[in-house]
Amino acid sequence: MMNLNVNGSMHQVDVEPEMPLLWVLRDHLGLLGAKYGCGISTCGACTVLVDGEAVRACGVRAAEMAGKRIVTIEGLSKDGLHRVQQAWIDHEVPQCGYCQTGLIMSVTALLARNPNPTDAEIDRSITNLCRCGTYQRVRTAIHALAKAG
Amino acid sequence: MTITISRRDFLKVSTTAAGALALEFCFPVAAARAAPASEVTEVNAWIVIHPDDRVVIRIARSEMGQGTFTALAQLVAEELDCDWAKVSAEFASPNEHIRRNRIWGSMSTGGSMGVRSSQDYVRKAGASAREMLVAAAAGRWQVPPAECFADTGVITHKPTGRKLRYGEVAGEAARLAPPNDVKLRDPKDWRIAGKSMHRLDIPDKVLGKPVFGVDVALPGMLHASIAQCPVFGGKVKKVDATDATAMRGVKKVVREEDFVAVIADSWWRADQALQKLDIEWDEAGNGRIGNEQITAMLREGLDVASLPRARNIGNVETAFAEAAQVVEAEYSSPYLNHATMEPMTCTAWLKPEGFLEVWTSTQNGEASMAEAAAASGLPLEKIEVHKMMLGGGFGRRGGPQDFVRQGVLIARAMPGVPVKLMWSREEDMQHGFYRPASIVRMKAGLDQQGRLVAMQTKIACPSILKVLMPKMLRDDGIDFTAVRTLSDMPYAITHQRVEYAARNGHVPVGFWRAPGQQNGFYRECFIDELAHIAGQDPVAYRLGMLDVGDKNRLVLEAVAKAAKWGTPLPKGIHRGVAVVDGFGSYAAAVAEVSVSAVGEPKVRRIVVAIDSGYVVNPDTCRAQAESNVIYGLGPVLYQDINIRNGRVVESNFRNFRLPEISEMPKVETVLVPTGGFWGGHGEPAILPLAPAICNAIFVATGKRVRSLPLKYHDLRNA
Repeated sequence: MMNLNVNGSMHQVDVEPEMPLLWVLRDHLGLLGAKYGCGISTCGACTVLVDGEAVRACGVRAAEMAGKRIVTIEGLSKDGLHRVQQAWIDHEVPQCGYCQTGLIMSVTALLARNPNPTDAEIDRSITNLCRCGTYQRVRTAIHALAKAG
Repeated sequence: MTITISRRDFLKVSTTAAGALALEFCFPVAAARAAPASEVTEVNAWIVIHPDDRVVIRIARSEMGQGTFTALAQLVAEELDCDWAKVSAEFASPNEHIRRNRIWGSMSTGGSMGVRSSQDYVRKAGASAREMLVAAAAGRWQVPPAECFADTGVITHKPTGRKLRYGEVAGEAARLAPPNDVKLRDPKDWRIAGKSMHRLDIPDKVLGKPVFGVDVALPGMLHASIAQCPVFGGKVKKVDATDATAMRGVKKVVREEDFVAVIADSWWRADQALQKLDIEWDEAGNGRIGNEQITAMLREGLDVASLPRARNIGNVETAFAEAAQVVEAEYSSPYLNHATMEPMTCTAWLKPEGFLEVWTSTQNGEASMAEAAAASGLPLEKIEVHKMMLGGGFGRRGGPQDFVRQGVLIARAMPGVPVKLMWSREEDMQHGFYRPASIVRMKAGLDQQGRLVAMQTKIACPSILKVLMPKMLRDDGIDFTAVRTLSDMPYAITHQRVEYAARNGHVPVGFWRAPGQQNGFYRECFIDELAHIAGQDPVAYRLGMLDVGDKNRLVLEAVAKAAKWGTPLPKGIHRGVAVVDGFGSYAAAVAEVSVSAVGEPKVRRIVVAIDSGYVVNPDTCRAQAESNVIYGLGPVLYQDINIRNGRVVESNFRNFRLPEISEMPKVETVLVPTGGFWGGHGEPAILPLAPAICNAIFVATGKRVRSLPLKYHDLRNA
């Protein structure tokens, strides 16, 4: 048995210590916003926040999560839409949308530590893969969020 | 309009707590009474109206990011003349589709056809419902319908100013006979269509709602991971599941002819156990095939003296003999995987009462039904396919329904229990229906002025249709997806011949975004070679071969103007151009590219001009151009699928790279709709992309790229 702090509440889960966080979230806690894309910490579709940092949930083990605060897309905003989600709607960012929850989490973490990132900083920090090619709108939305403060 | 009771089935629709629609058939309509005002009404198959005026529009095509879900709703809403703010959309049920005699037309979603092949009947459905609503209001007031009009969901009786909302008369409207003929709005009068309405699917997607096939969650559901024979065409020979079966959470190991799957209580546990299986495969004699054998197979096709001709105009032999100059070149490109972000997935639930429910990300709900029927042995009436949002499609989920067959076979091993199958990324990379590898030999005859008078192309390429839709092959074996863009060139060339050698081999091929798009690369790079040989500007050279009024000409001129073709660029940046029509539209692109001292190409800017006749949602169309640029950029730079020992070498995004945000060029889309026809947007912009980039690389480096991807080329300045 393991206790995990997810989206502000404690959850007791009976999983192997080596089970990746992604599968604890998806199959044991029913939080389906984080997606499986590669299983090797490359694509970022599974990105969640762990103590405020963007983390590939497929690449961290459940046992490492003890005592940490995990936030998934479901817990990003307590009341409706987070500003990043709103910007995503305003700029019509998603296409298929599969990678977008991960992108939104990555961008949330980026803006928390760097409220006004340059294009080069965006390029370095946002390494999520999007097959539909929403990158141009992701960049536009980040700059718009930075401008709005 | 006379008010009569229609003979159509009348549906009562109620919404369950879970949000799923429960459908209940009523008695034949002649016996039906007016629906109470509290009920939700199906006015016709496409349109459901709530008493509070909310309108639900049924969408038969799939949504994979291309925006069809919203665009089709816009077209229906435009003619219905309802309040767009009250519109939502839902997928039409494939089961109901079958039971109602395919009432929603085609469910197939591919070939950039979603809007263009259904626009006529969905608009008519909207217009027809509007007339029925007006007639119902007129009936209520006992006045002629001609004295009434509809506007934004409200019907007004002109002489008296009385008003009724759609939600108040929908029940009566549903029982009227649909009008025989309806007049559609002139697109210039559009108020909902033609505008950049916010996409209906986006809010759920940014909230992380479980809308995708992999997100299905059902009570007691189990999870499955699958292993297919790594060598295409192979079968399972022997399985030792001793270790796997003993692992935590494992419920069952399923062995079928061509795959083994593990069912467990979580996907990770199923996949962990799958890795522990000891499987021996029968490789069906394909275990020694590699790139070399495939290339040899294609070359053998090119060396055949007499091949089926996809086009033969004039006399190329004589023309080459008389030409001032003959130019020859060989071009090629590799297999490519779709690599949708969401891997193949299918949840199936064989219920005790003999009904099969399937949830899947499919580009064709009807094809999924057929596959589920074949795999389960159940009649279509006993099957429902729930169409989920697709985490990318690009053609992978349209033709083949392999994942549905597997999902159903796996669920059959667990009767009464829903099982969700999801492929690992590795399975997805190695068990695709790949963009065919191909080689072409091109030969051009130029006259004294450098004008192109004769062109011959021999194409060796696996046939997609032979694998997926053999009925669509021409009698002589010509597969139009393998010869397009060359067999239907718009250029005025007096003597033309296009020959096709279908050579399939053992690698499965399929529809990959804009099937045949490699021919755009071949043709437009070769034409560029000829322009340079002729000492002419590549835009002018092409315009010289395009008739006045040809829309290829129009988009080429539009893109040249938008990209300021011919004006100076900053040092180190170079332009290339290409124009290709396809999927009902015309597309031209200008690429701005630089190549670093170490030979690294960087695509900085892409300007695309598209004429699709009409534009239903301009912003979505621009998004599709952006999407085509990034989807097409990977194969230009570094993507390829290699075959060794009968299997795919690439296994994940580490060795099948996808471009990142840092590689996204600035994309500027110029929409130049000229009206009078309906073209697609999901694919056209990819057609001129690769050649525009490679033509710019020629200007930058003097090196002519005749094969992709660029990673194999030394682009350092000599």
